[in-house]
Amino acid sequence: MNTEFQIFPDAASTAAGKVDALYLFMVVLSVILSAFVAGLVLYLAVRYRRANKVNRAHVDHGNTIEYVAMAISFPILMGIFIWGAKVCFFLFRAPEHAMPITVVAKQWMWKFQHADGRREIDTLHIPTGQPVKLTMVSQDVIHSFFVPAFRTKQDVLPGRYTSVWFEATEPGEYRLYCAEYCGTNHSRMVGKVVVQSPDDFARWMSGDAASDEPPAETGRKLFEQFQCGTCHRPANEEGARGPTLENLFQSRVPLAGGQTVAADETYLRESILRPAQKQVAGYQQIMPTYEGQISEEGVMHLIAYIKTLGAPLAAKREEPKTPAPATEPAAVEPTAAPATKDNAANESEGNAP
Amino acid sequence: MTGEIASTTAFPNPEREPKNYLNAAWTVRSWLLTVDHKRIGLLYLAGISFFFFLGGAAAVLFRLELMTPHADLVEAETYNKLFTLHGIIMIFFFLVPGIPGVLGNFLLPIMIGARDMAFPKLNLMSWYLFMIGGTFTIYVTIAGGVDTGWTFYTPYSSTYSNTYVMATAVGIFITGFSSILTGLNFIVTVHKMRCPGMTWFRLPLFVWANYATALIMVLGTPVLAITILLVALERGLKIGIFDPRLGGDPVLFQHLFWFYSHPAVYIMVLPAMGVISELVAAFSRNRIFGYKLVAFASLAIAVLGFLVWGHHMFVSGQSLYAGMVFSVLSMLIAIPSAIKVFNWTLTLWRGEVTFSTPMLYSIGFLGLFTIGGLTGLFLATLGIDVHVHDTYFVVAHFHYVMVGGTVMAYLGGIHYWWPKMTGRMYPEGWARFSAVLVFVGFNLTFFPQFILGYLGMPRRYHVYDEGFQVLNVMSSAGASILGIAYLFPITYLIWSLKYGPKAPANPWNAVGLEWMTSSPPPTENFTETPVVDFEAYEYHRNPAGAHG
Repeated sequence: MNTEFQIFPDAASTAAGKVDALYLFMVVLSVILSAFVAGLVLYLAVRYRRANKVNRAHVDHGNTIEYVAMAISFPILMGIFIWGAKVCFFLFRAPEHAMPITVVAKQWMWKFQHADGRREIDTLHIPTGQPVKLTMVSQDVIHSFFVPAFRTKQDVLPGRYTSVWFEATEPGEYRLYCAEYCGTNHSRMVGKVVVQSPDDFARWMSGDAASDEPPAETGRKLFEQFQCGTCHRPANEEGARGPTLENLFQSRVPLAGGQTVAADETYLRESILRPAQKQVAGYQQIMPTYEGQISEEGVMHLIAYIKTLGAPLAAKREEPKTPAPATEPAAVEPTAAPATKDNAANESEGNAP
Repeated sequence: MTGEIASTTAFPNPEREPKNYLNAAWTVRSWLLTVDHKRIGLLYLAGISFFFFLGGAAAVLFRLELMTPHADLVEAETYNKLFTLHGIIMIFFFLVPGIPGVLGNFLLPIMIGARDMAFPKLNLMSWYLFMIGGTFTIYVTIAGGVDTGWTFYTPYSSTYSNTYVMATAVGIFITGFSSILTGLNFIVTVHKMRCPGMTWFRLPLFVWANYATALIMVLGTPVLAITILLVALERGLKIGIFDPRLGGDPVLFQHLFWFYSHPAVYIMVLPAMGVISELVAAFSRNRIFGYKLVAFASLAIAVLGFLVWGHHMFVSGQSLYAGMVFSVLSMLIAIPSAIKVFNWTLTLWRGEVTFSTPMLYSIGFLGLFTIGGLTGLFLATLGIDVHVHDTYFVVAHFHYVMVGGTVMAYLGGIHYWWPKMTGRMYPEGWARFSAVLVFVGFNLTFFPQFILGYLGMPRRYHVYDEGFQVLNVMSSAGASILGIAYLFPITYLIWSLKYGPKAPANPWNAVGLEWMTSSPPPTENFTETPVVDFEAYEYHRNPAGAHG
């Protein structure tokens, strides 16, 4: 793992080949163009050096050469742009069935939590052949999640979720770096991604390392501890003081100002920490701010719990069209929490029914 | 040499040596309160050279640290302060004010046949603001440094860093006004001070380039000032603007910062392009191929430069569609730059090429700027940038543009106009040797960094993986060569002030108004106001055989 001299990085994700192909195309193009410019400069400089007797008669020329050069370079540039954009869409559009992992970054540490609650620090285990989607937030300054072998990178921001996904192809250990300068020990905010075959990964997941509580379960406890249920009642109850949280995730929420907002993770996070920012239509702004009272992990747990509140109905509605909306494996099974470990193992073999 | 006998007398005969801007007065006061654009140019030269070597010393130190993957020479905190100092000094106190401050101030009025800038006193004030800003930076360096990186990303800079962020910010804020005033002066001077016959399309391309630069300085720098002020407000008064804990948005800072700092790349490189136009024309004895397109390319770069800032933020959480817009615009800005490289190259065609030092720097510039520009396309390409963003690939790319481009042009320009500025010739042999050494040292320093970047080595890393060491050692070795190569010019140029042969008015047999006055020029530049009845770079009317 990066202890030996290399001139080209390991390639261990489905994206690597796509990025490398584009990169190598650009390298070849650049070498040709640089050689052309250098060759032309040297040829002209030597041929027209003062000592050489050559025809130097002044010729008045138009700008035809330049316009031709522009006409040739424009479509090439647009071609590169389109190719680059296609690769980028691949890099940033996570497949529906990606395995969710949450990441909290802080000076100078990476904290991971798997869907079954298993936590890791500075090391992340993932299986091959399974898209993985990381939902990330920073506790302090901006960091950046960068695994060169996967050819992808995403800044990790405080106050807002960002996400990155990848599908590993080769088992092995790959370097994880923080790519955004984050203070004194920036260069020590490194870790590794351990890519295992699905079998090894399943074994690791069921290993005897003490497993933590699933995030949705922790979230449910937090929900009770903060007595959120006092106002956020089930949908069929009358007279609740706050909007119901059932089926909230990924729905469109009407706001007091007349706009609507997509209830994604970032919206849920903001509404927990700073509820006054986006006031839901038809409700008084009476919810207190929870900023500084719930850790970033706690917020992620609450969101995991809120997702389960919508799950049974959402699963039923979408069942005929698509396979499980598996942003949260716990959400797939109405029978909830205990099933998650098996569920993740199933998904890693790619057969979510 | 008719006055040979008179020179033996102990008292210089004022009648013998014609009055010029250098010997017009000798007092310190006559320098510190001068309103002569040429003297102000030399004041800038002194200030900028000092900062260049200070910034360079920081680079030498951290390149030594990077010889090994472990922390040995300096601690992490010191390392972070060194690269921050290097970035801040080189950008705000060398690259941005460098060519406009030294060569622009000295040459712009002469090239358009004017006596001075439109606002000579404002011009002096620019220099004082620059020096006051610089004093803050020196204070920060001595007091304990700053560790935010030159980019000052929030909320690290506004909330978390425990170093001298405020003093640094004040220094840059003040220096920004120096830049704005210089830009203002250039614009008004070019519009109002041209001598009779000096039409827009007879202007040397150096003037066009500095004019385009001045537009960016005036329009862009206030945004930097505002951004710094907002960081100071958040840091000092806890007003939430960028830190989410105070209700701010950290990415907003990046938008504001790059809205200035990407155009600032063109503040740094456009004047260099102007210098190269002069140098290539003079040493090919040829009119710049496609003069008008080169002039318009400068303006196109200045305008497009304001529309591409988001390519610094492809992985910042910015929307993918915004990324696409910035990607396509960044591709487009390659076209005017490519046109310029193409036209400089074709200027050699049917020219009469000589390989004096300024020409060696120009040829070096063409090669290095081409590589810098092409690797810029890699970064504008979304799919590649995601991987190489914030790695050594980016470091290598912008050094190819900034050092391979701007510094090469600056050094070439200093050599070319040195006889005009000082009245002395520099030693050609040493100068050619240093030019070659700079080229070799530069490539050895920065080319391996492209490879390191694609391998995935992040920038601003104090310790790194062992697999990266070989390339880092190459880079550090190159940096030592480069450091030594920069010591040669400062030595022999100072030496030449006393021992260099006296320069004639036109040592290169070049065309252009600056070569039609004495070396060094009189305080009023021309004994009588010139009248221009010739085009720029009319070398074909003045063929090689005809000079003498």
